[in-house]
Amino acid sequence: MKNKPLLTNKRFHLPKNFSKVLILSIILFVISILASLSFGARIIGWNELLDGLFNSDIQTHEANVVRQRMARTVFSVMCGAALGVSGALMQSVTRNPIADPSILGVNTGAALFVVCGITFLNISTASQYIWLALLGAIITAIFVFGIGSIGSGGATPLKLVLAGAATSSALSSLVMAIMIPRSNVMDQFRFWQVGSVGAGNWEVISIFIPFLIVGFLIAILTAPALNALALGDEAAAGLGVRVGTIRLIAAFGGVLLCGATTALAGPIGFIGLLASHIIRLLIGPDLRFVIPMSALSGAIILTISDICGRLLGTPGELEVGVVTAFIGAPILILITMKAKVRAL
Amino acid sequence: MNESVNLIRVGRIKRRRRYIIVTSILAIIAFVLCCAMLMLGNTIYPVDDVLRVLLGEEVKGASFAIGTIRLPRMLAGVFAGFAFGVGGYVFQTMLRNPLANPNVIGITAGSSAAAVFSIIVLHASYAVVSIASVIGGLATVIVIFLLSRGTSFSIGRLILIGIGIQAMLNAVISYLLLIGQQHDIPTAMRWLSGSLNGSKMETLYPLIVVVLIFAPIIIASEKRLELLDLGEQTATSLGVHTDKTRIVLLTSSVIILALATATTGPIAFVAFLSGPIANRLVGIGFSNIIPSGLVGIILVLASDLVGQFAFVARYPVGVITGILGAPYLIYLLYRMNRKGNL
Repeated sequence: MKNKPLLTNKRFHLPKNFSKVLILSIILFVISILASLSFGARIIGWNELLDGLFNSDIQTHEANVVRQRMARTVFSVMCGAALGVSGALMQSVTRNPIADPSILGVNTGAALFVVCGITFLNISTASQYIWLALLGAIITAIFVFGIGSIGSGGATPLKLVLAGAATSSALSSLVMAIMIPRSNVMDQFRFWQVGSVGAGNWEVISIFIPFLIVGFLIAILTAPALNALALGDEAAAGLGVRVGTIRLIAAFGGVLLCGATTALAGPIGFIGLLASHIIRLLIGPDLRFVIPMSALSGAIILTISDICGRLLGTPGELEVGVVTAFIGAPILILITMKAKVRAL
Repeated sequence: MNESVNLIRVGRIKRRRRYIIVTSILAIIAFVLCCAMLMLGNTIYPVDDVLRVLLGEEVKGASFAIGTIRLPRMLAGVFAGFAFGVGGYVFQTMLRNPLANPNVIGITAGSSAAAVFSIIVLHASYAVVSIASVIGGLATVIVIFLLSRGTSFSIGRLILIGIGIQAMLNAVISYLLLIGQQHDIPTAMRWLSGSLNGSKMETLYPLIVVVLIFAPIIIASEKRLELLDLGEQTATSLGVHTDKTRIVLLTSSVIILALATATTGPIAFVAFLSGPIANRLVGIGFSNIIPSGLVGIILVLASDLVGQFAFVARYPVGVITGILGAPYLIYLLYRMNRKGNL
């Protein structure tokens, strides 16, 4: 028996290349973190970096800069990991290679709710944003998926993308309409929208952690069942998977992760698409490995994008969402070019 | 036999009559909106004041308000609306999918990116900005078509690739806005939403000239576009050079679309809505290029009037067309999905 069913296979058969990919990712991860600490409007040298990290007595300017960048780096690692896992989850739930929070319009849904909250409910703190953004993300995801899966063939990539694009542009017109007459809201919202990972501080991180833990737990626990789901609904049901329940839980996990990220960091697109596709390409489709590795690669990609944004935008900075869109969209194009016509 | 020929002829006459009636009504509505654009504002001027200003007489107050502010705004709306309507219709008909319109597949984003680049990086004149936006639009079309060729052409693939290209171009625009100097930003911001604010006569000339040259070319190809709609083989056997017709039509529409985008920014959904609305009103069977252009004008002018006067705050026209257009897009998707056309 060469291909054992995944569910009965209790022992971990590592995918080929797994150890190589893991080692490479860890090396890249460490490099990207060090780079994130040292690059920016002012470049910090190696010695100051070590001082700032491990020697809390030293109060030089450089050491303080490093400590500030620490929060930002940790935050971007968390956001990237959350988006990577969210992408992997959504792609397997919808059985659709290009499901990504930005493509499904979830980001704009979250944005609309945040704007409404600022305007009509006078909210102003991150811990309040997060619930509204989450609600917006969930409602939008359900709506887009509903529109996209009408008709024969279910939610094909094309239908889903178009539904997402249409919904996104409808919602962003509404955002503009609410915002334009109210300059104070515009200021606050722009801060949220441009905030990207630069807004990361320890308080925001502590709000984020519970969402991250719940989302990751859901992802890891549903991974084996999602593997079975990839064989088709009937085959999965035959293997004893409760198809509907698993879908619902996994989708909830995916939306939870990307909604919380969007709430705290602003809209960041294409990470979910990039991370999980690169990983699948390298180690194959087994979600038990794809999910943790997507987290790792998402974190790497977002951190590196953030560094690029800082370097490209000096003396200010370029939103990380802009960078990820630029490097992520080609992946969408590549997937489309490779896909068979009928699958669209 | 004779009877059926008769029936066909009667049907054709009926459709012809409907086409003429609907087109005239659309033209009248567009004209009324043009007058409203000139008359309404902070001060409302009567018709004879407007006429006297247009004839070149000096009227105290009105000359400035109408001649310098409202007339360019109205003309920008008319020509851009017409260009968006016609260009959108040509794309939708030729690709035989209402979703394949210049907004969705990223052609207006290509023009916008080129225009923003030449304003912010090159500090170019209006002429250069216009040329750059045309080149940007054409280049985007070529790239999208080349990438979506694959083993066999599929409209779905073309749309998806267009959306990907659009995401990249929007990222480029954001980056350019970030590195731009502070005083260039307001001009460049128009390329993100689309607005008639601040239209000036001297920036309008390229658009007007190009629409006057290329719109007749497109209208002259009307018959061949109708035949293309019947399918590649039928059209060829009826004597249409399909490739040549396609290239002429696509290039002309991209040029007028690019100029319109360079002048007013991408006014959301006008290119997408005009064609389907015109088809609904006139019925299919004739090519509805002129009705689509008129619907485009009506959409832009009416949305601009609504944006200016209906609310306490003034909204740019792109926000209004966005709010109107997006629900229709969702409805269209819903219907197409149910029929399984996608």
